[in-house]
Amino acid sequence: MEMTEADTGSVNYLNHDRSIKSWLLTLDHKRIGIMYLIAVSLAFLAGGILAMLVRVELMAPGETIMSADAYNQTFTLHAVLMIFAFIIPAVPAVMGNFVLPLQLGAKDVAFPKLNLASFYIYLIGVAVAMSALIVGRVDGGWTFYTPYSTSIGNGILFVSAGVFIMGFSSILTGLNFIVTVHKMRAPGLTWNRLPLFVWSIYSTAIVQVLATPVIGITVLLLFLEKTLQIGIFDPALGGDPVLFQHFFWFYSHPAVYIMILPAFGIISDLMGTFSRHQVSGYKFVALSSVAIAFLGFLVWGHHMFVSGQSAVSSIVFSLITYLIGIPTGVKVINWVSTMYKGSVQFKTPMLYAIAFLFTFSIGGFTGILLGVLAIDIHLHDTYFVVAHFHYVMMGGNVIAALGGLHYWWPKMTGKMYNEVLGKIAAGLVFVGFNITFFPQFIMGAKGMPRRYYDYLPEFQGYHLLSTYGSWILGAGLFLIAFYLLASLFKGKKAGLNPWGSLTLEWTHTTTPPHPHNFIETPIVTRGAYDFHLAKHLFEKEGSEMSEVVTSPK
Amino acid sequence: MGDSGSIWLPDAMSTFAGEVDALFWFVFWTSTVLFVAVIGVKIYFMIRYRRTDDTYVPEPVHESKRLEAAWIVLPTILTLIVFTWGFQVFLRISSAPPDSYDITVRAQQWSWEFEYAEGVTSFSELYVPVGRPIKLMMSSEDVLHSFFIPAFRVKMDIIPNRYTSVWFEVTEPGEYQIYCTEYCGTEHSGMLAQVIAVSEVDFAAWLVSQNQDLPPVELGERLFEQCAICHSTNGERLVGPSLDARFGTMRALADGSTVLFDEDYIRESIVNPAAKVAEGFQPIMPAGYSSMSAKELDGLVAYLKSLE
Repeated sequence: MEMTEADTGSVNYLNHDRSIKSWLLTLDHKRIGIMYLIAVSLAFLAGGILAMLVRVELMAPGETIMSADAYNQTFTLHAVLMIFAFIIPAVPAVMGNFVLPLQLGAKDVAFPKLNLASFYIYLIGVAVAMSALIVGRVDGGWTFYTPYSTSIGNGILFVSAGVFIMGFSSILTGLNFIVTVHKMRAPGLTWNRLPLFVWSIYSTAIVQVLATPVIGITVLLLFLEKTLQIGIFDPALGGDPVLFQHFFWFYSHPAVYIMILPAFGIISDLMGTFSRHQVSGYKFVALSSVAIAFLGFLVWGHHMFVSGQSAVSSIVFSLITYLIGIPTGVKVINWVSTMYKGSVQFKTPMLYAIAFLFTFSIGGFTGILLGVLAIDIHLHDTYFVVAHFHYVMMGGNVIAALGGLHYWWPKMTGKMYNEVLGKIAAGLVFVGFNITFFPQFIMGAKGMPRRYYDYLPEFQGYHLLSTYGSWILGAGLFLIAFYLLASLFKGKKAGLNPWGSLTLEWTHTTTPPHPHNFIETPIVTRGAYDFHLAKHLFEKEGSEMSEVVTSPK
Repeated sequence: MGDSGSIWLPDAMSTFAGEVDALFWFVFWTSTVLFVAVIGVKIYFMIRYRRTDDTYVPEPVHESKRLEAAWIVLPTILTLIVFTWGFQVFLRISSAPPDSYDITVRAQQWSWEFEYAEGVTSFSELYVPVGRPIKLMMSSEDVLHSFFIPAFRVKMDIIPNRYTSVWFEVTEPGEYQIYCTEYCGTEHSGMLAQVIAVSEVDFAAWLVSQNQDLPPVELGERLFEQCAICHSTNGERLVGPSLDARFGTMRALADGSTVLFDEDYIRESIVNPAAKVAEGFQPIMPAGYSSMSAKELDGLVAYLKSLE
């Protein structure tokens, strides 16, 4: 049943009730997704401005624009905002919320009230963490190693309380998604037909539920030590600082997979859709995400090769690190070979997917270097590590998230952005990103330590290049913000299925979606990337490739 | 950029640095070849299979099981080679030879103290003989620090409640940079030191020269090296106040009062730094210096008195 143009402009989730209250108290996963989008974008903006300040300060040795204390707090705040307030919630909470139920053919997530609660818990967590700025200083980076972190006043208590609270948001969101995926798939939507984005969000949710309590426990112990003077981590009280590192990385390494697995899902969807082809090795890509989610719990010690843990532990952790690296490498090969004998179209979202294959591969290969015990001793805590995790986190997660944002923007807003500006911005982001972070590999290998306010003059050339790169990167990101916002007012109306996708959010609902997602529960008869089984959708050039049913029967 | 070494790594100046580098280059070049191959194939596919007909829907490709197995088996073999190799070099780096010369390293915010078996102590400069295995027994007096010499490819965290150690054998005389690589507060990036590697003969001579009973001013001058990270003696403002030509003058304090910069004030400021904080500065000086001996304090007082 084809739908007519007139039907698509009718009631949707944005216009059915425009009051502020209807937004703030909404139980609609799509609106909650949009509210998360606004919140994490603001966190990204704040974290990004701090990053630019860090880069400007490092243009020359010694004081450039701020004091050592100001610098140490600036990079710490950049890291805390980016990790906890932006990158952990970004893809799961924004795109997971908006897209997951639609891709499942569900009317909402399993627990809509819990979903809204998660959002406000997140906001409270961010507010508590940021209040640390008022009560005192917080420096030393996002890892907060004891005993330094507990020796500088009470700021740490506020940040850790904030992280503790944000953790609950993450746990509840994960729980919600796990139940939703298990219980609310549309008829015919078997596990083998699920979009890979669903698989990746599902794997992420497992990590969220299992790992996040550990950071909660760690933070509680930190609190008890600070308030009751029980020796847990502080050697002055009889505690052990290395224990804190074990606790911290037992959460924070799995958390790396909370940050990267959703990106894998987006890239799979983009490669499939824009190659109009089955994602190569579908089952491997799907199940390896789950495997990585579990293996991710067994490698935390590779952050601690020079921390004073036993040599035997280091050796075991190094070995498991390789085991987790292999499925990730195979996924990259799968994404590349998805294009083989496909029909590849280079729209803006696909440019990000292609950029991802480049930047994420560099992140992966440098991860292998860091996993080698003897080499890590030299590279640990240098700019090589800084570059590596920016290649994985920004070159992986953020580039993929930008691809996803451009891909689902028409569905979220009903408007098309300017494609030419989109491509220019993608180019700026790619070039700027590499100029910013590639020189950091070299200076790190040459010995430049991380978290340094001042540095030896021999490193200045690399730092300058990195700062110039950050300006190009910043320009690209601001251009994106500009044309996306402009599209809300002047953008062309988006069609039902502008990319020719096969997942339910494009084929079975309106643009923007109906408040209840689907008028009729979709019945799924093919896999998410079985384009060869949906040839009828692509027969008429420029047609609205949709199977939407709009008029209630 | 940089005056020596390759583009990527600094000069290899310890006996095992070359082995670490060989492993680095093996992984580097293997990764580069694989990366170029993946990106090359990606670009080829992008061009070869670009969309020319909007209505064309390609048929699925039959996936070759053999090819898939190769993708998994080959990287597994490669990474196991790298793991085994890295593990062997790691064992060599981790186990010091039994005949090593031991030096005690004490780290505190934000200075290094090196104590030699002969009872000699040095600050900010670690003297070592070339061609002899050196083992450092390290401990921290406050927070975590980390000891890093890029030219020797060694790094190890320094922890308050236990000893950690590194060893190395320097291959050529020279000066090599030491960094602190675990964040330790305001002056973390200023917590630097130099390795001074000299011949066995010069090292022995240096030890003898250090072992003499120094006059108080010279003792104070040597001790002051660990203060110099935060206090200049030429009027330059660092994290702490400059200490040139202060003796006998009235100094303003952060609480608005003033104090005479005399022997007692110097002594108090070292053993109890938070008691009287100079105007315009934060009370961030570590309390760890309170353990100085009376003789050392006398030396520092004499040295500061001598500055004009």
